[in-house]
Amino acid sequence: MRRLLFIVPLLLFVALVGYFFVALEPGRNSTDLPSTMIGKPAPDFSLPGLPGSPNANGQFVKLGFSKQDMAGRVVVLNFFASWCVPCRVEHPVLMGLGPTANTPVVGIAYKDKPEDALAFLKEYGNPYLAIGVDLDGRTAIDFGLYGVPETYVIDKTGVIRLRHVGPLTAEAVAREILPLVAELSAR
Amino acid sequence: MRIVLIVLALCATTLMARAVEPGEMLKDPALEARARAISRELRCLVCQNESIDDSNADLAHDLRVLLRQRLLAGDSDREAIDFIVRRYGDFVLLKPPVEPATYFLWFGPAALLALGAGGAWLYLRRRTTSADEPPLSPEETRRLEALLREQG
Repeated sequence: MRRLLFIVPLLLFVALVGYFFVALEPGRNSTDLPSTMIGKPAPDFSLPGLPGSPNANGQFVKLGFSKQDMAGRVVVLNFFASWCVPCRVEHPVLMGLGPTANTPVVGIAYKDKPEDALAFLKEYGNPYLAIGVDLDGRTAIDFGLYGVPETYVIDKTGVIRLRHVGPLTAEAVAREILPLVAELSAR
Repeated sequence: MRIVLIVLALCATTLMARAVEPGEMLKDPALEARARAISRELRCLVCQNESIDDSNADLAHDLRVLLRQRLLAGDSDREAIDFIVRRYGDFVLLKPPVEPATYFLWFGPAALLALGAGGAWLYLRRRTTSADEPPLSPEETRRLEALLREQG
């Protein structure tokens, strides 16, 4: 009994270390915040488009888009800005995502002048099926966005299923985005 | 010397400058005071260790403006805070709410202190009782004296 009492502090210590190890998630970037919007319906929005923005096939698409336009489809929604350096880093990944995922990739230009966003897409190519301009960043706040780029996967019923913070990498696409899109599309 | 003083004075004014810009402020002083009080409790998501009241980040500015719009629209303090928490989660609150998931955070230190104090109390009590042990028997006294004589 006495012996047992001496082991108690050690056991408590081990339990605490174990708890911290799990709770602090080694390998996780602590500045990447979890989203409270996962599993919730995407906020309503209706954004104006770019003046004559070409889509991936060089076709000129409808100006702007709203939440209703995404209904019934699994959509990858990407917030970007021409002034955002990591967005340039992830751009080639987005360019490849549309065809591989076989799913619409749509973009929202966050606090970007339409002409700047257009120049950006003309220079690097347009991966988006539709583009909206969120000039005052209010739609982004409704999504709980706290920096660009951020990428969301939204299911057929308009519920947010995933948020990726920071530039998309080929690895993140293969591991997170594509399997989820395939799973949601099959439903 | 005078130049040094002027430079110091200028430095002091920049230290006093707040992130809140005059253009953001509400005309109604009471409403503005409420907005300031709330924004001191909300975390800037970009800097993460500053309140949106202190932060110069664009997003902090947007959230300050949004907060003031909510108050102007007639939201109570609670409603305005909830509006932002719905989008950014409890993380946006600099002071985490007291709920089952945060009980360990709020009460853990006090519980650990109580545990330590209990342990210390038990230990000290045992030590004082050991001082009341029965006196040496005549045999033990004789041996002790013999040992002391050997030493001396």
